Amino acid sequence: MCLAIPAKVISVNGETALVSIEDVEYTASLLLLDDVNPGDFIMLHAGFAIQKVDADEAAETLQLLQEEVKNRPGETAL
Amino acid sequence: MKYIDEYRKKDLILSISEKLKSVSTKEIVLMEVCGGHTMAIHRFGLPSLLPATIRLISGPGCPVCVSPQYFIDKALAFSRIPNVIVTTYGDLIRVPGSTTSLEKERANRSDIRIIYSVLEALTIAKNNPGKSIVFLGIGFETTAPLTAAAILEARKENITNFFVYSAHKIMPPVMKALVEEGVKIDGFIAPGHVSAITGTAIYDNLASECGLGVVVSGFEPVDMMQSILMLTSQIEAGTPKVEVQYQRVVKTNGNKTAQHLLAEVFETRDDSWRGLGVIKESGLKIRKHLSTFDAEQHFEVRVPESFEPKGCICGLILRGLKTPVDCSLFGKKCTPADPVGACMVSGEGTCATYYKYRS
Amino acid sequence: MHDLIADVFMKHFGNDILSEQTDSAILSLGSDEIAFTTDSFVIDPLFFPGGNIGKLAVCGTINDLAVTGAVPLYLSVSFIIEEGFPMKDLEIIVESLAEEAKKAGVLIVTGDTKVVNKGKCDKLFINTTGVGRISKRDRNISRALDIKPGDLILINGTIGDHGIAVMNARESFNFKSAVVSDCASLNTIIREVLDKTAVKFMRDPTRGGVATVLNELAGKIQLGIVLEESALPLETAVEAMCELLGFDPLHIANEGKVLIVAGKDEGLKVLEIMRENELGTKSAIIGYVVNEYPGRVVLQNQTGGHRIIDSLAGDQLPRIC
Repeated sequence: MCLAIPAKVISVNGETALVSIEDVEYTASLLLLDDVNPGDFIMLHAGFAIQKVDADEAAETLQLLQEEVKNRPGETAL
Repeated sequence: MKYIDEYRKKDLILSISEKLKSVSTKEIVLMEVCGGHTMAIHRFGLPSLLPATIRLISGPGCPVCVSPQYFIDKALAFSRIPNVIVTTYGDLIRVPGSTTSLEKERANRSDIRIIYSVLEALTIAKNNPGKSIVFLGIGFETTAPLTAAAILEARKENITNFFVYSAHKIMPPVMKALVEEGVKIDGFIAPGHVSAITGTAIYDNLASECGLGVVVSGFEPVDMMQSILMLTSQIEAGTPKVEVQYQRVVKTNGNKTAQHLLAEVFETRDDSWRGLGVIKESGLKIRKHLSTFDAEQHFEVRVPESFEPKGCICGLILRGLKTPVDCSLFGKKCTPADPVGACMVSGEGTCATYYKYRS
Repeated sequence: MHDLIADVFMKHFGNDILSEQTDSAILSLGSDEIAFTTDSFVIDPLFFPGGNIGKLAVCGTINDLAVTGAVPLYLSVSFIIEEGFPMKDLEIIVESLAEEAKKAGVLIVTGDTKVVNKGKCDKLFINTTGVGRISKRDRNISRALDIKPGDLILINGTIGDHGIAVMNARESFNFKSAVVSDCASLNTIIREVLDKTAVKFMRDPTRGGVATVLNELAGKIQLGIVLEESALPLETAVEAMCELLGFDPLHIANEGKVLIVAGKDEGLKVLEIMRENELGTKSAIIGYVVNEYPGRVVLQNQTGGHRIIDSLAGDQLPRIC
């Protein structure tokens, strides 16, 4: 369920991490997530990091979809 | 915004829309069981991008929609106890109880505060030693671990004036109940963030025993369209299974730390879902050894008998059995500005959505 | 609120001028006409990034006159002060108020002060009443008389800044951002537009945001309004806050923005003129009037879909779901 936003980890300080979503910063709780490092992206839900974003999986999904778009002859505009 | 903008690209979405139109031959009904998905579908105008053969319905996936009247009435009763501060997520503030709402009571001297993180409630507790802070715990498996973490932090820091009133619920029993009730669904769009916590095994029996496809979906329009495509393809091929579209966030085993916290703090109990009645083992109750943090154990409140408003058919709507236009209150006594039932309170609940599109 | 106005105030006060319910009333004094408006400010917190209740009290009333097409001239200011309110804070607020009035070229000519017992008001309330001169040419701008399909909808900059800045200052959510209220007097930029070209309608999207003003307009003219999501000017920090809390920027209050409806050619001129002003550097055409969906506002998503935009029913609340 529900509203979680990808946020970039700027720094880790024990049980919290300073994260940023564009120009907005927030101190997120790491009570639910271990092994978080600066540069990682986490999903921020109600103040907590609940999972990491897997950059490789993300890239793979997008690449497959881009291929699809390229391979479609003449896109029909809506 | 990274990991958001890429999944909102028009060309990707339209490409999937095209593919759906060519792949879909059967008339199918797909149910999502997550308020976040209801919001996304509406916000990004996805119904206008689907072929007429595919119908999306919203199930009981929003904690606002499924919190029973009783829960709000009791929360209000807590707020009237002297020196109690009620803390809540914003979602709950406008939900109607039997006679009033948290929002209306807030105007009336009750100290009711909206928070973004449950940890703010702990801070309020530390800063107000003479008061009792009651946190209203709503949400499914995405949010319940946060409450669990807060309770354990309170214990660690010896905060004795922090209490949780739990209405946390879990998804699998209600999904199973819907299927057993015979609700006409051809596949489930499964909640991506619940699954990020629980992992995907919780859906296995839906596919294997009930023959229903399940695709675990992210929340951006590309995610949802791709999930709908994956589900449609499964149904067209007659191969129901559990698949993960949201692979960048959902791992098969989920978040073990969060699962352990849940297990340490909560146990399951039979629980009442607004409009659906009692579903076995579907609610989360604070375990006995942590009962000093349980608001229901700590405070004695008398709550007048709650009643579902006369004529409200939210329950049937939440099960996909009726539509809002079938309800005698819809658009007359029950409107977004003055909601009677839960399906209208949540901005993108089924009734609120229908209301927007009324002619 | 709407019921209160209809069921109590209009019932007892109702007259032709009041029934128009425009931002300012237009009154005739012999052969001349003046615009007349009043507003009360009860904002909490009193201080927020980009301003305070004093600045807001001046901008709000000046803008109500300016969007009606009037030249704001004079203000009255009334204070209701809770006993014990810090003198230091009052001085800062009054200084801001005076500074903003001076900047806008408007004179504060009369006022009142009351001190009430502790608990009888929430720190400080301010009422401002404004008077301005209005010309025959401009007197019908607020009545939206001549709007047709094809007309353009413009705004002078980014949306949602004020509401987000105030929310961050008020709540304990602990987000750190550089979002600043857009609180500003619009009389100069509007006068520049009106001096050089013609507009069909203006309104400032304060409480309830752009969505509420456009819904009211669509309802009044019984035509449809289409908004292009990709054209909406948004600060990235405001966009991020909206994603984080589940807000729709179209429903968030602005205090330094004007929505303008103009014909196709005039609209392009309006855009050019506004972009020359420091309060309009991010001006944009955000939509247009259509024959379809009479009375409704529709957003064309950048993702290719579309959805209906309603007025705001109550304040937006941060959600987890």
